[in-house]
Amino acid sequence: MTTLTEAPPAAPEPQTRAPRRRRKLTPYWLLLPGILWLLVFFALPMVYQASTSVQTGSLADGYKVTWHFATYWDALAEYWPQFLKSLLYAGLATVFCLLLGYPLAYLIAFRAGRWRNLLLILVIAPFFTSFLIRTLAWKTILADGGPVVGALNALHVLDVTSWLGMTEGDRVLATPLAVVCGLTYNFLPFMILPLYTSLERIDPRLHEAAGDLYARPATTFRRVTFPLSMPGVVSGTLLTFIPASGDYVNAQLLGSTSEKMIGNVIQSQFLTVLDYPTAAALSFILMAAILLMVTFYIRKSGTEDLV
Amino acid sequence: MTDDTTRGDVRLFGIGKTYGAFTAVHPLDLTIPEGSFFALLGASGCGKTTTLRMIAGLEEPTTGTVHLGEQDVTALPPYKRPVNTVFQSYALFPHLDIQENVAFGLRRRGIKSVKKQVGEMLDLVQLGDKAKHKPHQLSGGQQQRVAVARALINHPRVLLLDEPLGALDLKLRRQMQLELKRIQTEVGITFVHVTHDQEEAMTMADQVAVMNAGRVEQLGAPADLYENPRTTFVANFLGSSNLIEAEIAAQNGGTLALKAGDGKLSLPAARCSAPTTTGGKALVGIRPEKISLAHADDAGEIPDGRNRLTGRVTATSFIGVSTQYVIDSPVCEGLEVYVQNVERDGRLAPGAEVVLHWNPEHTFGLDAAQAIDAGVEKVETDAGEGVAA
Repeated sequence: MTTLTEAPPAAPEPQTRAPRRRRKLTPYWLLLPGILWLLVFFALPMVYQASTSVQTGSLADGYKVTWHFATYWDALAEYWPQFLKSLLYAGLATVFCLLLGYPLAYLIAFRAGRWRNLLLILVIAPFFTSFLIRTLAWKTILADGGPVVGALNALHVLDVTSWLGMTEGDRVLATPLAVVCGLTYNFLPFMILPLYTSLERIDPRLHEAAGDLYARPATTFRRVTFPLSMPGVVSGTLLTFIPASGDYVNAQLLGSTSEKMIGNVIQSQFLTVLDYPTAAALSFILMAAILLMVTFYIRKSGTEDLV
Repeated sequence: MTDDTTRGDVRLFGIGKTYGAFTAVHPLDLTIPEGSFFALLGASGCGKTTTLRMIAGLEEPTTGTVHLGEQDVTALPPYKRPVNTVFQSYALFPHLDIQENVAFGLRRRGIKSVKKQVGEMLDLVQLGDKAKHKPHQLSGGQQQRVAVARALINHPRVLLLDEPLGALDLKLRRQMQLELKRIQTEVGITFVHVTHDQEEAMTMADQVAVMNAGRVEQLGAPADLYENPRTTFVANFLGSSNLIEAEIAAQNGGTLALKAGDGKLSLPAARCSAPTTTGGKALVGIRPEKISLAHADDAGEIPDGRNRLTGRVTATSFIGVSTQYVIDSPVCEGLEVYVQNVERDGRLAPGAEVVLHWNPEHTFGLDAAQAIDAGVEKVETDAGEGVAA
C-alpha cells in the first residue's frame, strides 16, 4: 500500500502535498480507536500478567520481579492433569458440536427455504438468557433420577459411557460427560454460525454440476460440499475449542472436583488461593498451548488463505 | 463417438413442467437428431432452460418422458444419465485446479489414469498450459472452455449447453461460437444449446426450436425459419419483419391476391400459414432487406408484377454496409427497409415520397388472429418478463 502511494514521484506541488499527506494518514486515524482498545485491554494486561508470572513474594510482603521462571515448571508439574482434561473436554465438545452443528447448518443453508431466518434466530435464541442460567438448567436436565438419566440408563448408554470413564454408575451430573454436554451446548452456536456462513456461500449449481458429472449425493458432499465448507469448519472448531478449553463455568456447575479444568484452577489460584504468579503462569501456558495447536491445525487443514 | 447400433436421438414425449399454477413448459414432443447442433431459442422465461434441465435430469418433468436413443431415462437421476451440461455460470469447482475440474467426471466413474485424456481435452480447448491453475485465475472465456472440456471428456451422448456464452462480451462470444461449432464438428456429439440470442442460434445450430411461453413455436433449419416463419413471434424474434394487415381478395392458382388499403399485394399460397378463404384477414410479411426503394418520381421504372406500397420516409440511419429506412405507409406505419449501400439515392431523405417494391415470391402470409407484435424485441428492460410475451 505504501509503495502504491509513494510510487509516483509526485510533482511536489505545495497545494496537493498537504491533502495527500492527510489522506495517507487517514487509515491510521481510523485504526486508532481499535489500537487503543487493544493496547489498554489486551497488551497492557498481558505485560502485567507476564511480569506477575515471574514474580516471587507473598501477599503480606508484596511481590517483586525476580525472573523466577520455575513457577512455570512447578505449575505445569502440579496441574498437568487439569491441562489434559481441559484439552480433552474441549476437544470432545468441539467434535460433538461439529457432529451436531454440521447437519443443522447444512439444513438451514440448503433446505430450510423460507424457514431459514427463523431457524437462524432459534440457533442464537439461547443467547437471550445468561450463560449461567443456561448452564444451571443443565443441572436440572441431568439431575439424578431425572427422565434424561433414566432414558440413558434404559438404553444402556450409561453402561458404555461409564466403561469409557465418562460417567459413574447411574449418575450423569458431576461426571465428565455432564461437563462435555454443557460445553457442547454452550458453544454450539459458535460452530453453527460460521458453518452456515460458509455453506450458504456455496453455489447450489456446484451441486448440480457434481451430480451432472456422475457424483452420487454422498460423493458430491465428500468432494465438493465439504471441501468448500472447510473455512467454516476451521473457524467453527476454533471458535468452539479455544473458549471451551479455557472455560470454568461448566466444570464448576456440572462437574465435581475431579472434573476440574484448567480454567477452574486459574480462577481459584487468582481468587481463592491468591497465588498470583502461579495463576499468571498457568494462563500463559494455556495460551501458548492453544496457539501452538491452532497454528498446527490451520497449517494441517491448509486453509490459511480461506480463514 | 457413439458407435451404438441404436440411434442416439434425444426424444421428448409430451414432456411438460408446471410449478404450482404456473406452466413453465407445456407438454411438448421433440426429436433431436444424433450428432446435430440443436438450439433452443427464446426469450428468458420461455421454458427453454427448464426443457434442457429436464433432459439433464436436474428438473423432474411433471408429465412425459425423456428418451436417449432407445433408453427411457426419465426416472434416472442426473449422475446416472450419459448426458453432461455446460452451466450458464460454468459452475467450475473453485477448490480444484483446472486439471481436476476436467477429470472430475472420469474419477467419479472410477477411471484412474486420467492424465492423458485430460491433457488431450485441454489441448482441444487450447488450455493445455493452464492445467494447474485455479478457476478464478482464468478469464471468462477460458473458464467457459474449461466447462466445455469438463463436460466433453466424459463423451456424453448429448452435451447440454445452458446459455454458455451469456456472460462473455460480444467479441469473445462471436469467437466462442465458432470455437464451439468447431468442437462439435470435431467430436460429433449431439449439442443442445439454449440461448436467447437469435444470431447465435442461427450461426451455430443445424436445427433451431423457437420457444415462446412454454411452447415450441416453430422448428427447423435456421434459413428455413428465417424465410418461412409461421407465426408472428418467429417472424419478429428471428430478425425483424414488416407485417402488414391485409384482406384476401382472390386466389388464382398458386397465388393469393390481397388488398391492403388501396394497395394490392400478392404472395404464393404455399407460403401462407393463414387460412386462405377469400375475404378473410391475413398478415402479409416481408423481411426489410428484401424490399427495394424507389423515389416516387421513378415509380414508372419499377417492373410489373412486383408488390408495391407507397410511403414517406420518416427516418434513415446509415450503418456502413447498408442504410436502414423507416417508412410510414398509409397501410402500415413504421415499415423497415434495409438497402445495401451500392448506389445511394440522395433523394431518399426523411420526408421523401417513395415506393417500396419487392418480389412477391419473398412474401409470406401469417394468421391475422395473432398479436402482430409478438416477439418484437422491447427495450432492454424486459429481462425476465418474457413470460408475458
